[in-house]
Amino acid sequence: MARYIGKEMSRVDGFAKVTGRAKYAAEFKVPNLAYGFIVTSTIGKGTIRSIDTTEASRAPGVIGVLTHENYPKPAPPAAPELKPEENRNVRDKSFRALVSNQIFFNMQPIALVLAESFEQARYAARLVRATYNEEKPMTDLESSLDKARLANPSRPPRPRGNPTEAFAAAPVKVEAEYTIPIEHHNPMEPHGAIAFWEGDKLTVFDKSQGVYVVRQHLATSFHIPPENVQVISPFVGGAFGSALRPNYYPALTAMAARVIQRPVKVVYTRQQMFTGHGYRPHTWQKVSLAAERSGKLTALIHDSKNNSSSFEDYVENTTGMPRTLYACPNALTSAQFVHTDMSTPAPMRAPGAVSGMFALECAMDELAYALQIDPLELRLINFTDVDPDSGKPYSSKALRECYRLGAEKFGWSKRNPEPRSMRDGRLLVGWGMATGIWGAFQQPASARVALKSDGTAHVSSATADIGPGTYTVMTLIAAEYLGLNAEKVKFELGDTRFPRAPVQGGSFTTASVGSAIYEAAQNIRQKLMDLANKEASSPFKTAKIEDTELLDGKLVLKGSSQSVDIFALMRRNNLPELVDVHEARPSREREKYATGAHGAQFVEVKVDPATGVVQVTRAIEVTACGKIMNPKTSHSQEIGGVVWGIGMALQEATEVDHRYGRIMNPNLQHYHVPVSADIHEIETMFVEEDDKVVNPLGVKGMGELGMVGIPAAIANAVFHATGKRIRDLPITPDKLL
Amino acid sequence: MKSFKYSVAKEPTGAARTVSANPTAKFLAGGTNLVDLMKEYVERPSEVVDVSRLNLAQIRETSNGISIGALAKNSDTANHPLVRQNYPLLSMAILAGASAQLRNMATNGGNLMQRTRCQYFYDTAMPCNKREPGSGCGALEGLNRIHAILGHSENCVATYPGDMANALYALDATIRVRGTNGRDRLIPVQDFHRLPGDTPQKDNNLAHGELIVAIEIPRNNFAAKSYYLKVRDRASYAFALVSVAAALEMRGDAIERARVVLGSVAHKPWRSVEAERVLIGKPVTVETFEASAEAALKDAKPLEHNGYKVELGKRSIVLALQRAMSGEVA
Ligand SMILES: Cc1cc2nc3c(=O)[nH]c(=O)nc-3n(C[C@H](O)[C@H](O)[C@H](O)COP(=O)(O)OP(=O)(O)OC[C@H]3O[C@@H](n4cnc5c(N)ncnc54)[C@H](O)[C@@H]3O)c2cc1C
Ligand code: SF4
Repeated sequence: MARYIGKEMSRVDGFAKVTGRAKYAAEFKVPNLAYGFIVTSTIGKGTIRSIDTTEASRAPGVIGVLTHENYPKPAPPAAPELKPEENRNVRDKSFRALVSNQIFFNMQPIALVLAESFEQARYAARLVRATYNEEKPMTDLESSLDKARLANPSRPPRPRGNPTEAFAAAPVKVEAEYTIPIEHHNPMEPHGAIAFWEGDKLTVFDKSQGVYVVRQHLATSFHIPPENVQVISPFVGGAFGSALRPNYYPALTAMAARVIQRPVKVVYTRQQMFTGHGYRPHTWQKVSLAAERSGKLTALIHDSKNNSSSFEDYVENTTGMPRTLYACPNALTSAQFVHTDMSTPAPMRAPGAVSGMFALECAMDELAYALQIDPLELRLINFTDVDPDSGKPYSSKALRECYRLGAEKFGWSKRNPEPRSMRDGRLLVGWGMATGIWGAFQQPASARVALKSDGTAHVSSATADIGPGTYTVMTLIAAEYLGLNAEKVKFELGDTRFPRAPVQGGSFTTASVGSAIYEAAQNIRQKLMDLANKEASSPFKTAKIEDTELLDGKLVLKGSSQSVDIFALMRRNNLPELVDVHEARPSREREKYATGAHGAQFVEVKVDPATGVVQVTRAIEVTACGKIMNPKTSHSQEIGGVVWGIGMALQEATEVDHRYGRIMNPNLQHYHVPVSADIHEIETMFVEEDDKVVNPLGVKGMGELGMVGIPAAIANAVFHATGKRIRDLPITPDKLL
Repeated sequence: MKSFKYSVAKEPTGAARTVSANPTAKFLAGGTNLVDLMKEYVERPSEVVDVSRLNLAQIRETSNGISIGALAKNSDTANHPLVRQNYPLLSMAILAGASAQLRNMATNGGNLMQRTRCQYFYDTAMPCNKREPGSGCGALEGLNRIHAILGHSENCVATYPGDMANALYALDATIRVRGTNGRDRLIPVQDFHRLPGDTPQKDNNLAHGELIVAIEIPRNNFAAKSYYLKVRDRASYAFALVSVAAALEMRGDAIERARVVLGSVAHKPWRSVEAERVLIGKPVTVETFEASAEAALKDAKPLEHNGYKVELGKRSIVLALQRAMSGEVA
């Protein structure tokens, strides 16, 4: 019987967070700290002609001003050379601040003012004057779709079957274009770092989703061995993908610290976050669906084009997951990008999937109307238990149960399919549904588990907790498999002194790091059994490891009353601790299967026919993503996903003035995300799957999954309510008049 | 932020004198607008005179109506029994604004004086005649979805973004201001804000250093039939795309008096006397309301991205009048 797994556990870091004891990157106290404030460009493309820092340098408290004119060139590579495994990232083309006079995007950093206080630095930043040789920026994806390219032209999209012919021959088809604007993550905590040097050793407190990624980026930036860099990031106030790729400020902060030989802190303003990290790119999609009159899909053609920067080829995998969702014999999908004079995009919660599924699941709704088949029925008709590309069976896929349960809870059968047929007083009522899909990924990850003879355990891994509850779930897993009370387990993360873990992204942390802790705990149990077996009285002499378990400080022979006190055993052997450092890797077994996490979403909207204002009054989300380790934090993830989906559907858009290539709403007054008054009833449910193929814990991705179907479900509900098909997000009141 | 001199005002006339003596001085009340703009370097006062502790927060009945202190908080004003009973339109309008936290800080005087939410005004890298006279208007041919459709000029297409003032226009309020000579001047609210013309840097007709001390509203018979409708991109904490302050007084089955004020469509609250004229003497029908709405928007000149405001404005007027008739509370 599990003691912790599957039971509600409150966040182990909750108390520290609400009392302010949890320290975020910019909050660490470092003596003799100098403050940096970034100055950004006012043009979108061209070169800096001159930059005058005289007045800024003279302002009170100013220590210095860094610009491309005095920014040190990094030293030649230092010995020892990077290790091969550290080398994966050498083609890091991410934007680096102040290295030249070139302007690649508007609000690009052009100077860093360093002062004794933040206010002094911020004030002096206003005194830096730049002149430019200005060129016309190109920032509008939709006017340059013809310039779209594949990231890897040598690998053109591979069709499944013969989609073009199948499309031409089909009796029923729909074809439409969908657009999604640039969106920004807007986590509460602004990105920031504190950096200081001790000789050629660099320490950086950073807001990061992966301290090893930042370490590698800094090591290559300064040509120093990665071992010389320590990156620390114990708490993150939300990131959602914005701290996955290397951002420019850690290297800038570290360089400033090197130049003035003092610790330096740099924190983005909200405005600077809009170009200081990536964003969900502006995406244009076209979906063509064809079906037999029975509803069976015969062709899917899905093209996606997104904007990138002018210096990186960033392509969203918009079409990858949608392509696998339905049993459609003929399919052709492609994802391309267009160079624009913007900063580089980045993954943003459910990257690619939520964009692609918005298009596909709206198109499915359009097809359902064309066929006069219920939208849920249409999805069931095209359900597949195998990956239509590889033919491999899914290791588990309880999506049918999600559809069934969601429909029942929602009352879907009472839906009158006729648009504008349902009302609540003056308000038009619409019901819509869509499917969610995400991966069940696992990445190589390591953890260190130390069982101590004093009855406690220390567990560490250089993963991150950007909010989902990683501290809690890792504590829970360690407590379960070491057989300890959770209060006796201390789990630490976010430090390059800990064993290597992947970034926190892709919803693979519990599968990856959790598996490492689980397997390390198994190893510890083996070590304890070996230790016990050295003693004559051991009850395990003939036992197999599977016959034992750790429970309440004892190694127990299952199904018997025989056990050994493990802490007494350790003390008898003079072992203050037993340590296992373990790397867990995806199993071979996985390769025989297709894997994925799924969900079904049903929403109700009420639309004011006079003003076009949409409210999402009810949302039911049913999710199948393997084993639910901690229902409390898991529900939070899914609820958060629904809220985000509501924002994406109705509110979020980064507005660019293409004349200047400048973002005009880089703040939370003009960039809207949902507020409490926008959120009504949300009910989330899980259909648990027992799947030991995906990883030993049987867990799948959930943090991103929760939002994937929501924008489409809302757009479909809006169509049902109003008869208007809005294919361009967000669905603001003006579009419904 | 630029450094500035800070002082706490002891009495209103002194405050008016201090500010009027320095062309770059500013009053500070709740600070919810001024401080934000100072951080953005849009406002750069060399001196800030804190009036928030002046004894100007009373709300009291007068011989012909109500007097509301300039420094009364928005939340205290909206929730005051006299306001709720006699001027529910004002209460509704205030409560439609900002968020509870902001309304607890924001004062009535500051609210009247709040500046536009035009994105170009906020970004010192962009041209803006209001912030930097002569630099051009970034919004005119730029992003202007939230901008004016009425009364704008080539020089500025910004809107006055507030909610409270729309109700004050409908309620024939008067703004009481203190001058440096210690005497008060009364400004009818419809003469308070300005249209941009060729001086968009001037939002209103207050002389530099004049201090708003109170808002006075005469008695009226609108309490039973008034409504504030605010259409916005999200349910709270957002400025209006379009708002309507509507008030009706009936005689028998016919409309005796009417007020129709549109918000967020012009550089000032847009009271449409034409729309009101259509209503007067008529029975309450949808057709009457629609005719009134047509009259209100007849001169609208939308820009590239805000054409929707014309239709939305009309529909909002009809809806607000209907709700006013039904005596709903927003
Ligand atoms: C996020 C956000 C959302 C908001 N949403 C809304 C909304 O939906 N609707 C809405 O109506 N408002 C909204 N507001 C604006 C808010 O109502 C105003 O900021 C507030 O009313 C200003 O009052 P204050 O006392 O804080 O003014 P301050 O910021 O102190 O002052 C504002 C200006 O008024 C001047 N001033 C202040 N008092 C006087 C006086 N007595 N005499 C002369 N001049 C004076 C100051 O010098 C300054 O120029 C929002 C604000 C924010 C920050
Ligand atoms: S509309 Fe007015 S406030 Fe906006 S940019 Fe133009 S001049 Fe400035």
